[in-house]
Amino acid sequence: MNPVSTPSAPVITHHAPHLQPGEGEPGTVRESHDHHELGFLRKYVFSLDHKIIGLQFLFSGLVFLVLGGLMAMAIRYQLAWPWTPMPGLSWMFPATGGAITPEFYTMLFTMHGTIMIFFVIIPLLTGAFGNFLIPLMIGAADMAFPKLNMFGYWAMWPAFVLILMGFFVEGGHAAGGWTSYPPLSTIESAAPGSLSGQTYWLMSLTWVGVSSMMGAVNYVTTIVKMRAPGMTLMRMPLSVWGLFIAAFLQLFALPVLTAASIMQLLDRVIDTGFFTPTNLIVNNLTPDSFAHGMPAAAAGGQPLLWQHLFWFYSHPAVYILVVPAMGFTSDILAVHARKPIFGYKPMVYSMAAIAGLGFIVWGHHMFTSGMNPALGMSFMVATIMIALPSAIKVFNWLGTLWGGRIRLNTPMLFAIGFVSMFIIGGLSGIWMAATPVDIYIHDTYIVVAHFHYVVFAGSMFAIFSAIYHWYPKMFGRVMNETLGKIHFVGTFIFTNCTFYMMHQLGVAGLMRRTADPYAYDVYAHLQPLNEFITLSAFCMFAWQIFFVVNFFHSLFWGYRVGRNPWQANSLEWDAPSPPGHGNFDGPLVVHRGPYEYSSPEVAEDYLPQTRAV
Amino acid sequence: MTTTAAIAPYDPAVDAPKPHHAIYDYDSGPPVNRGKFAIWLFLATEIMFFTGLIGAYVVLRIGADSWPDPENRLAVLITAINTFILIVSSATMVKAVERAMLGDNDGLVKWLGATVVIGATFVGVQVYEYAELIKAGNLPNVDIFWSTFYAMTGFHGLHVTVGVIWNLVVMIAAMRRKIPQEKYMTVELAGLYWHFVDLVWVLLFTIVYLM
Repeated sequence: MNPVSTPSAPVITHHAPHLQPGEGEPGTVRESHDHHELGFLRKYVFSLDHKIIGLQFLFSGLVFLVLGGLMAMAIRYQLAWPWTPMPGLSWMFPATGGAITPEFYTMLFTMHGTIMIFFVIIPLLTGAFGNFLIPLMIGAADMAFPKLNMFGYWAMWPAFVLILMGFFVEGGHAAGGWTSYPPLSTIESAAPGSLSGQTYWLMSLTWVGVSSMMGAVNYVTTIVKMRAPGMTLMRMPLSVWGLFIAAFLQLFALPVLTAASIMQLLDRVIDTGFFTPTNLIVNNLTPDSFAHGMPAAAAGGQPLLWQHLFWFYSHPAVYILVVPAMGFTSDILAVHARKPIFGYKPMVYSMAAIAGLGFIVWGHHMFTSGMNPALGMSFMVATIMIALPSAIKVFNWLGTLWGGRIRLNTPMLFAIGFVSMFIIGGLSGIWMAATPVDIYIHDTYIVVAHFHYVVFAGSMFAIFSAIYHWYPKMFGRVMNETLGKIHFVGTFIFTNCTFYMMHQLGVAGLMRRTADPYAYDVYAHLQPLNEFITLSAFCMFAWQIFFVVNFFHSLFWGYRVGRNPWQANSLEWDAPSPPGHGNFDGPLVVHRGPYEYSSPEVAEDYLPQTRAV
Repeated sequence: MTTTAAIAPYDPAVDAPKPHHAIYDYDSGPPVNRGKFAIWLFLATEIMFFTGLIGAYVVLRIGADSWPDPENRLAVLITAINTFILIVSSATMVKAVERAMLGDNDGLVKWLGATVVIGATFVGVQVYEYAELIKAGNLPNVDIFWSTFYAMTGFHGLHVTVGVIWNLVVMIAAMRRKIPQEKYMTVELAGLYWHFVDLVWVLLFTIVYLM
């Protein structure tokens, strides 16, 4: 038992019925008028309620998931059957009868990466679940700043509009890779997508940054300042810890990307020279000819500077993509294994260590960039050290499962899927961090396999798991178990068929970001394997229909459940499903941590945080 | 050992939301105002933003074959005076916060007004400096010195402008007697941002104009 003393419930000091939660003097209790119904616009569109804002992030993230997934399918089609007409695309490429162009392929993988990272995984993890879960799990009525929270979602809309507009400008969307390395991204004549698609890309990402910054400030303030009595930091569910740590990553890493994006934007729009080196020649043109409007563009910049600034954010960003996922998985494993999480404090410290180390390893993306090798060495050592906290987490997850009375519900299946495949992605990460190995495999399909194991098989599985697990809390109904299990089995098999095989391609030396690798004879024999991968990817994409049908069917006809369908301990299960305005029915007092499953103190195999024993 | 527990159905007696309840707004953590806590977090992001810009400047300058002496290119004396002006505005801001804490509304309006005027003067001098430089053909696309100069001082100028507007909004609220003594935090939040903007300028002035 946790020895921390438990304070008593607060008393009502004054009534201020028209204030939103979080407004006015903190530490007070306000009367709610739940029967006061808001209109549709106030309730669902310009909502100040953290749960609705979370759902807004969830739905927009899922829409972009479909878009990013379609792009992935087009990429896979080209890799299996290069330059053959793509079914349904003849209207877009009348000249070739539907076969895509090399420029279009380049744009596809650029925008697939961009959309999946900045518009799907980050908004789903921190935007959707961060908003939905943080106040519920710490016992708060809402976020600290509900209006800021609303602006945080609405700041995504300029980003949505700009990123979609970019597809329709001359030259198409950005095509410099999601990493946007200059000079490819800064010089207009370097790539068709660098005409103005890249400008839209940069402006869109700046808005994403504004949204994330507002969200992160809100999350940290809420977690620090609005916990219910007795909810000490070390009694918080690991989901909240994951989101808390990810918010710190966003606070300290993201502004650097914003600064870098603005510099690249200035390079493109007013011809500054941050990333344009002296004596650069592109397509037989010198910088004088790159300019548009101005007499000449400045030079004397450093392309490598962009890589440093970009990865200073984007490496911590991969931990923003995975640390909340680790938190969700920890919670879901404990609930469905009916056991306390194994090693709660090491779990917290290892997440913090992963995030902390994440700030000093960005250079491992740049081993082949011409960076000083001595610097590469220190990045290599720091990167390999991340294996330590990651291994602690994996062993603790296994320790949680060990001897548990496991309920193989769909959320549990996806959580176990996350753990298994995170191990594969994590292990390839360790040896990839070694400079000599990386120099061989850099920019091959090994890298593609590695990060898809971490981000798709890892984070996306955790998101599926979290959706199945918290769906009853969001909508008051559970998703269909049978469809959920079918969804899991197919997705699991096809994910491995798709991404595991990419390791083989990488060992064979196949470069990524190449529209037609078979133009090189040495890679011609890899086409059958690519066809297999493509068919697996198509099946995986098609298989998601089980999820879509289940999601929307259960919304209206799902099995209606009560407050605590999974018999879980954390505070969100104390609230009604779905929780109303202000979340909870009455005052909350937290007596213990959230992992007291199968406790000998009570007859049931769970002991909610709020129950006094 | 695997078991699948049956999920209990909805039971209105237990599961229905209570019709009328209070909203509990707890206050945990360190005894600091929420707004103040959030402003400090926001300032942390701002520090990282300027770290990105200043870091880029340092890397580009170290990597350059030669770097022009700022004294030959920039009006150092005028900007030194302008720096002093901005530091004075931090002092007037301190007085404004003090007046707000004491509940002296007239004093608050007076000192905030002084901060707004001095801040606007700083922006005005910077605009004049830009105009002169542009007239002489020193545009950001001329060389990397001017690229970094305009990016850093420009974004700082933008922040000062935001600060002036923020202070002006607070001042108008004070004039309409909307900031009684217990709401002095409104002034203090604006003040924290203003001091930050001031501090960044001291750094920028040192590395861009003096080094």
